[in-house]
Amino acid sequence: MTKYILKRFTMAIVTIWAIITITFFLMHSVPGNPFATESRKIPENIMENLMKKYGLDKPKSEQYMMYLKNIARFDFGESMKSNTETVNEMIARGFPVSAHLGVQAILIALILGPALGAIAALYQNKTPDYISMIISIIGVSVPSFVMGSFLIQFVARNVDWLPIGGWGEFRHTILPSFALAMMPLAQFARLMRSSMLEVLNQDYIKTAKSKGITRTAVIMKHAVRNAILPIVSMLGTTISNLVAGSFVIEKIFGIPGLGMFFTTSVFNRDYTLIMGVTVFYAMVLITMMLLVDIAYMLIDPRIRLTKEGR
Amino acid sequence: MRRKFIAMMSIFLVLVMLVTGCSSPADETGDETDDAETKKILKTNNSSEPGSLDPPLAQGTHESWILENVFEGLMTFDEKGELVEGMAEKYEVSEDGLTYTFYLRDAKWTNGDPVTAHDFEYSWKRALAPETAANYASILYYIKGAEAYNTGNGSADDVAIKALDDKTLEVTLESPTAYFLELTAFYTYFPVNKNVAESNPDWAKDPSTYVSNGPFKLVEWKHNDQIVLEKNENYYNADKIKLDGIELDIIEDQNTAWQKYEGGEYHINVDVPTSVVAELQANNNPELNIGLQVGTYYYNVNPAVKPFNNAKVRKALSMAMDRETITKNITQGGQIPAYGVVPPGLKDESGKDFRETVGSLTEYNPDEAKKLFEEGLKEEGMTVQDFNNAGFVLLYNTSESHKKIAQAVQEMWRTTLGIEIGLENVEFQVKLDREQSGDYQISRAGWIGDYMDPMTFLDLWWSDSAFNDVKYNNPEYDALIQKAKTTTDQAERMEAMRQAEKMLMEDMPVLPVYFYTQPYTVKPNVTGIIKVPVRYPIITYADITD
Repeated sequence: MTKYILKRFTMAIVTIWAIITITFFLMHSVPGNPFATESRKIPENIMENLMKKYGLDKPKSEQYMMYLKNIARFDFGESMKSNTETVNEMIARGFPVSAHLGVQAILIALILGPALGAIAALYQNKTPDYISMIISIIGVSVPSFVMGSFLIQFVARNVDWLPIGGWGEFRHTILPSFALAMMPLAQFARLMRSSMLEVLNQDYIKTAKSKGITRTAVIMKHAVRNAILPIVSMLGTTISNLVAGSFVIEKIFGIPGLGMFFTTSVFNRDYTLIMGVTVFYAMVLITMMLLVDIAYMLIDPRIRLTKEGR
Repeated sequence: MRRKFIAMMSIFLVLVMLVTGCSSPADETGDETDDAETKKILKTNNSSEPGSLDPPLAQGTHESWILENVFEGLMTFDEKGELVEGMAEKYEVSEDGLTYTFYLRDAKWTNGDPVTAHDFEYSWKRALAPETAANYASILYYIKGAEAYNTGNGSADDVAIKALDDKTLEVTLESPTAYFLELTAFYTYFPVNKNVAESNPDWAKDPSTYVSNGPFKLVEWKHNDQIVLEKNENYYNADKIKLDGIELDIIEDQNTAWQKYEGGEYHINVDVPTSVVAELQANNNPELNIGLQVGTYYYNVNPAVKPFNNAKVRKALSMAMDRETITKNITQGGQIPAYGVVPPGLKDESGKDFRETVGSLTEYNPDEAKKLFEEGLKEEGMTVQDFNNAGFVLLYNTSESHKKIAQAVQEMWRTTLGIEIGLENVEFQVKLDREQSGDYQISRAGWIGDYMDPMTFLDLWWSDSAFNDVKYNNPEYDALIQKAKTTTDQAERMEAMRQAEKMLMEDMPVLPVYFYTQPYTVKPNVTGIIKVPVRYPIITYADITD
């Protein structure tokens, strides 16, 4: 186990280095610069002053080495668009907000999604099946900006207690959490339904039934536990996506999270912030994947990490 | 085993909670709402997170809207929107219009220090220092020696800003500038407290160390969330300030902000979605104000591409555009069709509107357009067929409204001139890049004026201007601009600029489309919000009645 984790850790470092390198050269090859604004062009000499201030006048290779050096100390540098916060400060401020929403959304999706899927499978081709599948089709196909706007227009505007947007209290988190949870909820439900149907036809379920175990016990102990495996393998990416925040949801609900930075940093060519959020996201993703693999191993004893060529 | 899974999941979530330090988010104080009932707090949205609240580092309205409430320059706008003395009690201008002497009033910083002429000298030189890398340093170039210092070719000592004593500031300009007084009300000209800024370079990052001299002070700045201003009781003109404070949310989404305004959470909303403006206008909603803005929306025509090098072709394109239709049916925000480049609202020597005196310099005339176009093409040895085969495109930065306008113009050119021009949208940075390298035929552009003088527009097409996208180069035009920039005689200046605009529209290097407006909505119980064309709506003197 320790050896395995150590190996994974080394691989993680290599992966992150590759991500840094690719992102760095990719973003510098895109036209534009961090100081351009839509309404105003900047005279050349002032641009030179700005380039010098942020070290962008140095050769790319030197900038790259500098960046690697700083990142080894977890210093993401100064944002080129904000003169107020460093990239570290921006991430430290935005991530807890996004993660808070993300965790709530995961809880919602994880409680409702598999339940919905399991019910659909148990009542295959009956009304509960249709209802839960309609819900999940809506969840998968309605884009989050539509869902968000819909919730604001029809729920928040009519329920006084639910704010239209902003951040601060628990009630601010309710609508965005639901909007965020819809997509994974629907995916979980569909996945659960199909894997549950498959499991229900397995011999061991028939064996369990014929042994005279109650229906509830068969479902809970044998069927659900086996059917939930595909969802567990999806969890790693889903959790990291959700905790890293969603640009659309955060923009619509006016939430000061991390998700916004993924898009705005690229749009602004805020090089340090682009690198910062990319590397940070990569770290979260890699950690989550590792945790999921460990969880997988614990749930399913058939998977032996060290032996089967992993 | 199932228990193990649940345990594992819980560990996951707890871990995430721990990592993120996810405590109860209910740290909002409850008494804020109680205060709002007794105090007059204006609530609104600032649409974007300020990059910096240090005046020389500010870049746009998302910063200046805050700065204009917490700082005050030598001159300022009063409650009627008139330019009046601010930090300066009075001023003198030398005969040749080059030297300005400002005598400061007894005003205090929010930390109790007196505002001195040394603060101004320090601040302006700080804004010019190359290390500061102020985006907007060029607006200080009117001062003698300023450009040389900012570009690294001169020293701070050679910049002609001098504090003669604590209360007297002397400034010498490169050449007489009729609108210099107004510039001193602009945010890059705001003073910062010398002692504070020298001892703590990070003073502007935190409200606790933030020191300003305006009608309000910064008390809270929750990034990407909310900014809170409180009335500055030490402000010399505090009697004129009716509000006890201003709360500005930072919500980027126009529609969400609008929903909050409609739901009664905001007193004023500035960035109103286009579709909402159209609807409010159709219903004659009294909450809607169409503020005047000095800005022009236009298309650049690349003269390096044949046949756009021919003025007749460019004029034909302009004459084939039905601007009334565009403003009435597409933009729908009260925009004004543009038949010149200088927008209305700028006064000439006799106090008349510059735009009105000059009149329309282009028109919608399909027949004349067709005739000119054919002549122009013939002169370039091309046929309409050649033109259409060339695959010319109109380039614009990705946005729903630019797209609609471009589609309309495309159709107008097709029906009037029988030509096919494609549309291409790119991200604005890519557009800038392509304009710079000349890789375009026609491209969308816009300009918002910085000060109330036609020069803020006409200067753009001066051959040396950094903003001259079409690389317009006409020595006669340059001579007129040069004349307007150096003469002290108002009438002569204005005449030179009138001539310059006529000359420009005769060559038509750009096709003006419309003049911008700034629609904003104000609740009926709010009074005293004023709109000066070069500014965002001024909320400083607002009052809330019940």
